[in-house]
Amino acid sequence: MIVSLPGPDRKIRGRSVEILTFGSGAPLLFLHSAIGVESSFPLIERLATRYQVIAPSHPGFGNSELPRWFRTVDDLAYHYLDLMEELALTDAIVVGACFGGWLAAETAIKNLSRMRKLVLIGALGAKFGAPADVEIADVFRDTYQDVRKLYFRDGRPDERDFSKLSAHEVNRFVRNREALTLFGWAPLLHNPTLRPWLDRIAIPTLVLWGAEDRVANTDYGRAYAAAIPDARFEIVRDGGHLVQDEKPDEVADRILAFAGA
Amino acid sequence: MKVWHFTEQSYEPGWHKTDGPIRIVPPSRLCDPEDASALLNRYLDEWVAADELGLNIMVNEHHTTMSSISPSCMLQLAVLARQTKRARLLALGIPIANRPDPFRIAEEIALVDLLSRGRFELGFVRGVPYEVFSSNQNPVRMGDRFTEAHDLILKALTHLDGPFSWEGEYFNYRAINVWPRCYQQPHPPVWMPGQSESSGQRIARYGYVCAAFLDGGGAKKMFKAYREAYQAAHKRPAAPDRLAFCGLVCVGRDKAEVDRRASLMKTYLPTLRRTSPGIANPPGYRPIEVTAASLRAGEPPQGFRMLDGRPLPANPTDEELIAAGTLFVGTPDQVFNQIKSFHRAVGGFGNLIIMAQAGSLGHADTIDNLTLFAREVYPRLADLDQAVDVAEASVG
Repeated sequence: MIVSLPGPDRKIRGRSVEILTFGSGAPLLFLHSAIGVESSFPLIERLATRYQVIAPSHPGFGNSELPRWFRTVDDLAYHYLDLMEELALTDAIVVGACFGGWLAAETAIKNLSRMRKLVLIGALGAKFGAPADVEIADVFRDTYQDVRKLYFRDGRPDERDFSKLSAHEVNRFVRNREALTLFGWAPLLHNPTLRPWLDRIAIPTLVLWGAEDRVANTDYGRAYAAAIPDARFEIVRDGGHLVQDEKPDEVADRILAFAGA
Repeated sequence: MKVWHFTEQSYEPGWHKTDGPIRIVPPSRLCDPEDASALLNRYLDEWVAADELGLNIMVNEHHTTMSSISPSCMLQLAVLARQTKRARLLALGIPIANRPDPFRIAEEIALVDLLSRGRFELGFVRGVPYEVFSSNQNPVRMGDRFTEAHDLILKALTHLDGPFSWEGEYFNYRAINVWPRCYQQPHPPVWMPGQSESSGQRIARYGYVCAAFLDGGGAKKMFKAYREAYQAAHKRPAAPDRLAFCGLVCVGRDKAEVDRRASLMKTYLPTLRRTSPGIANPPGYRPIEVTAASLRAGEPPQGFRMLDGRPLPANPTDEELIAAGTLFVGTPDQVFNQIKSFHRAVGGFGNLIIMAQAGSLGHADTIDNLTLFAREVYPRLADLDQAVDVAEASVG
């Protein structure tokens, strides 16, 4: 069981990063969702039964340093290429969820050489339709409680009592929201040129989607998969946008089956 | 003491057409064009009246809201530049981090300054937090964007030697060359509003006029921080004209008239809360520590404070509103005494911005309010100027 996160004591080209490493085996790089790495601990624990899961917090999230000169997801993608190089990852399975799915796609279109297979769960970052089509919900418009109705099928409330948490933990929560805002405010949670570059992803890709994703729906997910040459699209019933946190066992089974095949 | 008349130019007829927020989300179907046209023209008439009464003028802007249907302070000040004779014309202010084109802002400044023959005063504002949803500028690092826009606009206004380029983090231009140039040299006087001690310090270092709105307890602290930082940065005391305070002002001849007018104006106060909670504090607008502290305390961001530091209660009495400087209300004598007492309590200031129209206060009442103030309160305010050496104030 994952009990705690390490401090940001790993340096990637001089930048401090908080990296959870769990399990043993071939490497699986997990790129977390908009709400941080902690909510995916159950999924990570399951995946760690067959892989060494490497789960960094993105720059600006958790306790990972955010260099002032980082401005866009391209900077995060190059950061992940640096990370894969510094950790000497080869033939890695890369799994990205939500915002982390966007990062996984942006990293993959640049350089696939250290990746064997890609899993995108409720991935953001692409746009397929017309300017006034709302393809990705505006997660910045709601309170941190109300936005959970977008993130989770059952809209489960955040039950933490902030008055009882340490300053460090609350800062972490606020930092995550600020980092997501920095990178995802406008264009809203997408890069207008990601979609045409998706056809550079020449490795087997699984695009997994919660059937009731209220941030980006299954039509969007289907279009995402269709833009990637060797991708298959699968729906997880009774899942919302953060389906990997809602149904960690089923999502883990699907990933392990795909990765092992 | 300089006095400036201000109104937010609300679309008050819409306030009861919805139960929900009056900002950002109400459909414009709720805006009756006849009513909006009548109100906008009426508010301008009231500013013209202020000019005729010897007062100055302050205009602001807001976006996508029924709380203020002025989406462009510069357009309105251009109208007033032609329609007024003596009043100083203050934009407080131009939301320079929200607007996408600072070169264009500099051009508008020069234009209004010239149209008014040098009566324009220039306020730079960050804008209220939720209007990033209208402008779509990123709330994160918005302070840096604000600073770059500020630096660019001032350079644009003062650079007289032909086009210059600017390749910054937020703005890129190949040929900035403001034609025509401003009337006032080197540029119009600059103002910034603030709420905290750190903003007071920042504005003091620039040497700009620092304006506080409706929050007496906050103003007291900010003015103190301003004076100390001004002395340290400029090696002389801040002149009184470096500080400004805005309160609602409601004057009447007798208690009945005062009470009637005040209750019409006070319909403004509950509307301050009518904003969707999700957009009231976009991530990045306030520092992480401040948002984290208010989450831990379980409190929303701070509201107005009374002079003794206590927060203004949710449904304040008139006494509490007066104690916060939010409202000056009564007969001319009473209003003068309240201003005098407030002025002393916050250590003095040289600019009083009177919100002489607010809420449901109609045209006749507003004109009478302004007239009573101008004739029976304003002349006595000259006594309030602090007895300090009035050194040449920095124009930044």
